[in-house]
Amino acid sequence: MVVKKSRFKANRLKGMSLHIMPFSEVRGLTITERVKKILNLVLGNKVVILQGRLRPEEEIRLIEDTMAMVDHIRSFKGIELAVIDSYGNDVSFFFKIRKGIADKLAGNQSTLTVIGPASVVKEIKRDPRKLEVFF
Amino acid sequence: MVLRIIRNFSLRIFGGLFKRRDSLKIGFYGPPNAGKTSLANVICRDWTGEDIGTVSDVPHETRAVQFKEKVEIEHKGKKMTLKLIDTPGIATKVDYEDFIKHGIKRGDAKRRAKEATQGIIDAIKWLDDMDAVVVVLDATLNPYSQVNVTIIGNLLARKIPVLIVGNKIDLRRADVKKIESAFPDYDVVGISARKKLNMEEFYESIFKLTKRV
Repeated sequence: MVVKKSRFKANRLKGMSLHIMPFSEVRGLTITERVKKILNLVLGNKVVILQGRLRPEEEIRLIEDTMAMVDHIRSFKGIELAVIDSYGNDVSFFFKIRKGIADKLAGNQSTLTVIGPASVVKEIKRDPRKLEVFF
Repeated sequence: MVLRIIRNFSLRIFGGLFKRRDSLKIGFYGPPNAGKTSLANVICRDWTGEDIGTVSDVPHETRAVQFKEKVEIEHKGKKMTLKLIDTPGIATKVDYEDFIKHGIKRGDAKRRAKEATQGIIDAIKWLDDMDAVVVVLDATLNPYSQVNVTIIGNLLARKIPVLIVGNKIDLRRADVKKIESAFPDYDVVGISARKKLNMEEFYESIFKLTKRV
């Protein structure tokens, strides 16, 4: 039983693929194009690691479009999403959001966004200083 | 006769423009199973004697936006009228197999999942219509979840006043201080909707919140 379980896990991880996305890849795109690009990769079972972060309205649009796809694509259960930045919890939430919006134009080198299909990324535990991604 | 027609016509046209707002639209947002409907029910029962919706331990029990109009609340001699809008829990994934684990039959679980995804889309669409929002979080869980951050970030971007409620303080694992440290710029109130704990402070905060509208 244990062997089967580990074999199963090994197979799953073998099929996992990471897509590291520099901000320049999404810089000139509209909100619709950005979300579409990310979701296309996620639907291809890729875990996307985006340099920088999406704006709040892009994050909520990503959730909205994800739900529309869960409704239409069999076997797609949704996404796991998390943002980690270098400020930790030492600055206020307002500052982080405003800094996030300001950084949007240049791409923030100190922030990473992880977006993966829920079938591959089981859970992302987030605290101010670290992200734990469970496959 | 002609004068009366002109007067009524003017009242209809211009009266609407300068009409005092009848009631404030207060939305209840948050992740699934945080206790949004439980809290909205406590308020509705306190002031109208009726519930707004059903509650359950199964996630996504609320799958459609539900309302209660003209809820008149009173606290320390002050009165106000609210329209309460209870929304489905926002999540990034919906898996019908999770409902099967709660004892729901496969067909019903699939239907529930379909309704839940549509409910999340509707809840997001309603964000723009709120005058103020109560974000309800489960105080026993990690407040740093991305869904919480995304909801509050969107309310901030839309300049909608927010009150954060840490629900389930009757449970031993509840940690309201952790919510306060995750969102230090916001008013946070710890309550238990199930046991009606700390509701006085909640109503006090609701009056404070509506002053910012």
